[in-house]
Amino acid sequence: MDNNAVFDTMLPNGLQIRLKEIHTIPMISHWVWYRVGSRDEPTGHTGISHWVEHMQFKGTPQFPAGTLDTIIARAGGLWNALTFQDWTTYYEVMPADQIDLALYLEADRMLNALYDPEEVEAERTVVISEREGEENEPTFRLAEELGAAAFRVHPYHHEIIGDMADILTIQRDDLYRHYRSYYTPQNAIISIAGDFDSETVLARLQALYADIPAGEEPSRLVRPEPPQCGERRIHLTGPGETTYIQTAYHVPAASHPDFLALMALDSLLSGPSSLNMFGGGGVSNKTSRLYRALVEKEIAINTYGTLLATIDPYLYGIAFTLHPDHKADEAIAVLDDELKRLQDSPPKPDELARALKQSKALFAYGSETITNQAFWLGFAEMFDNYDWFIHYLDKLEAVTPADVQRVAQTYLTPGNRTLGIYLPE
Amino acid sequence: MLPSPENILRAELPNGIIVLAHENPNCQSVNVNGYLQAGALSEPDEKLGLADFTASMLMRGTQQRNFQQIYDELESVGASFAFGSSTHTTAFGGKALAEDLGVLLNILADALRFPIFPVEQVERKRGQLLTHLAIRAQDTGSLAAMAFDKIVYADHPYSRPADGYPETVNAITRNDLAAFQRIHYGPRGMVISVVGALQPDRMVEMVQSELGGWQNPEQPLPISLLSFKPLTQTTTQRVSIPGKSQVDLLMGAAGPERRHPDYLAVSLGNHILGQFGMSGRIGEIVREQEGLAYYAFSSLSGGVGPGPWYIGAGVAPENVERVIELIQNEVVRFTTEAVSDEELEDTVSYFTGVLPLSMETNEGMASAILNMERYQLGLDFYLRYTDILQAVTPEKILAAVPHFLQPDRMGIAMAGTLEA
Repeated sequence: MDNNAVFDTMLPNGLQIRLKEIHTIPMISHWVWYRVGSRDEPTGHTGISHWVEHMQFKGTPQFPAGTLDTIIARAGGLWNALTFQDWTTYYEVMPADQIDLALYLEADRMLNALYDPEEVEAERTVVISEREGEENEPTFRLAEELGAAAFRVHPYHHEIIGDMADILTIQRDDLYRHYRSYYTPQNAIISIAGDFDSETVLARLQALYADIPAGEEPSRLVRPEPPQCGERRIHLTGPGETTYIQTAYHVPAASHPDFLALMALDSLLSGPSSLNMFGGGGVSNKTSRLYRALVEKEIAINTYGTLLATIDPYLYGIAFTLHPDHKADEAIAVLDDELKRLQDSPPKPDELARALKQSKALFAYGSETITNQAFWLGFAEMFDNYDWFIHYLDKLEAVTPADVQRVAQTYLTPGNRTLGIYLPE
Repeated sequence: MLPSPENILRAELPNGIIVLAHENPNCQSVNVNGYLQAGALSEPDEKLGLADFTASMLMRGTQQRNFQQIYDELESVGASFAFGSSTHTTAFGGKALAEDLGVLLNILADALRFPIFPVEQVERKRGQLLTHLAIRAQDTGSLAAMAFDKIVYADHPYSRPADGYPETVNAITRNDLAAFQRIHYGPRGMVISVVGALQPDRMVEMVQSELGGWQNPEQPLPISLLSFKPLTQTTTQRVSIPGKSQVDLLMGAAGPERRHPDYLAVSLGNHILGQFGMSGRIGEIVREQEGLAYYAFSSLSGGVGPGPWYIGAGVAPENVERVIELIQNEVVRFTTEAVSDEELEDTVSYFTGVLPLSMETNEGMASAILNMERYQLGLDFYLRYTDILQAVTPEKILAAVPHFLQPDRMGIAMAGTLEA
């Protein structure tokens, strides 16, 4: 098997399987992905996907709550889970000779999680505590308001953790129904990278999953966000001395041809970023346009951009923390000037070439960890497909200066912007 | 692959710098990490934050390059590099594609030896540091940690925050920064690890060529730590700030230094107390059984000196007293009853099993190699590791723990929106 070969198959019940053998060290990284997240939550049930994720750690008849924490740690492994807008994923990183434990426990909890009412109530207060911890951060409070203002219709409106009103009222049967509706083979992908034999693992997965019914096609909330026609502004006040500014522009989904041009634009404006979540590290952004214009001029003390790969059109965010000697309007004027500069004239080719070299380095760093490789096998399928990842650098290389100028003109307009300011009281 | 004398090339340069080189053939990159013997211990009280401020100025202008030139060289090739300072040392670290190791080492040497502290950059950085301190003043986790250090390390240098206070950062002049670098930065006691896709002898040659010529006759001997007085009774400090949903709570004491003979016994015990699986016994009672917190855990620092050993939790204000009581009960049990054989076996099994996973990346390997050097554990430490762990017994843990942690002699610090 060559270094980049991915074994890709689907069981008759619709379960997708993606395997990548990497024999550098004796470890494996195993992920089960479900196409469900805050995007699938109606008002009244916000936060339910995240809470379901918590409940998946609360036991099955075979593994009562808490027992797997011990079994996995004793095996020298790590496990955890993540809930995002479009997906929820569960992973185990294990010594290679312990792979069967990971395969077995995930197959078990796809079908057999208990949702014991007492555990549901104990977890309610844990989730409340998790949300209260986030509320301690002014930047979370501002981001929550910003998302709610930017999306009036689409369920990207609310935070993944959910609104407190819903965390207080969601019931055990709501959680269980959500679990049974979305945790089905046809709505899942298994991705594994590491030191294993694909044929052996495939045979094992077939044995574990073949009898689980495909499940029904899960229902989806289809509520596209109408175009934004005019800037929206949020003013939030709170304690402290520091002013935070966050802006968000509606941009297309990751599968849209303009998304890569937006990644290049983000690299020029606010510094190189990768979508890696598990390994690699980053590159500083001190030569980016916004850092030079805002931080080097002492108008802000930092700046960063965020672009998420999502199924539906989401947001390109630019955020900064204001220098105490300046007002928010001054910083916003500088941002507008920099955006206008990009809209008025395309970047020089060498500026784009540099962004590409940075992306290549970040891509190389990310490929060095088995966990990040396994992550991408599944993650790319959650918003598009694995080809997106395979061709990522080629597509980035094909972005022209005119493309960057065009996406700046198309998306980074005042009328398409939501702007949030956290002002100290 | 575990780090060992077989796969680490250790070289001492004539000027005292220790180089530790390790080849990782499974990557395209290289990491440079290390530290030198200059830290917050050398700061006067009225200039707290001086070591940290100095470290953060090193890449803001040198005799050869200005700020933008330094970062342009790094960022153009997708490399990163940064300095930071803590109580005992100033640390550095960076990453690049293997072909760009020369860029990292050249910037490291230039920044350490020839920084010029441009006035404009000093003031810009000061503004950023002051804003970070303003943010810290609203951060419940930071405030609880500072209050904890004040209680547990009263009259000891560990009670001082390494990032200082607004008034001490404002008192630092450009000349203070330049003098701190000139006096305290030097090759003696400096350690540098290079891990990545190059031959180890080539790595050592490159470090030698960049830093082999560095001398500092003024460099003082490392400061020896004052002894500190353990608490004689439980002492509580409450920091109230408005507008917070959650209280950060820390309870504990000073733990053993890394080189203490009981360190590994205490470390295994701490893992059972507040880390194993879903945060050990503390996580089990506070989160799993009572549902009172999203995070509840314990943490042992080790380090050059007696770093903190605490139990932490983020809890709603109305639950603080209940959580303190639960944690106190666990500490009583932990300090009076031996852990079970099964708990210890599970934890030893975790420590040994997870070891190869933690060394997958250059960063993880560099961290392990630097720890062996810093604490003089021997480069064969991880070859002996399983045997060392297996020699720890429940009785040894119980004998060691009460020297450091006692339920009636804890520091309790909390920060959040508290009732008066």
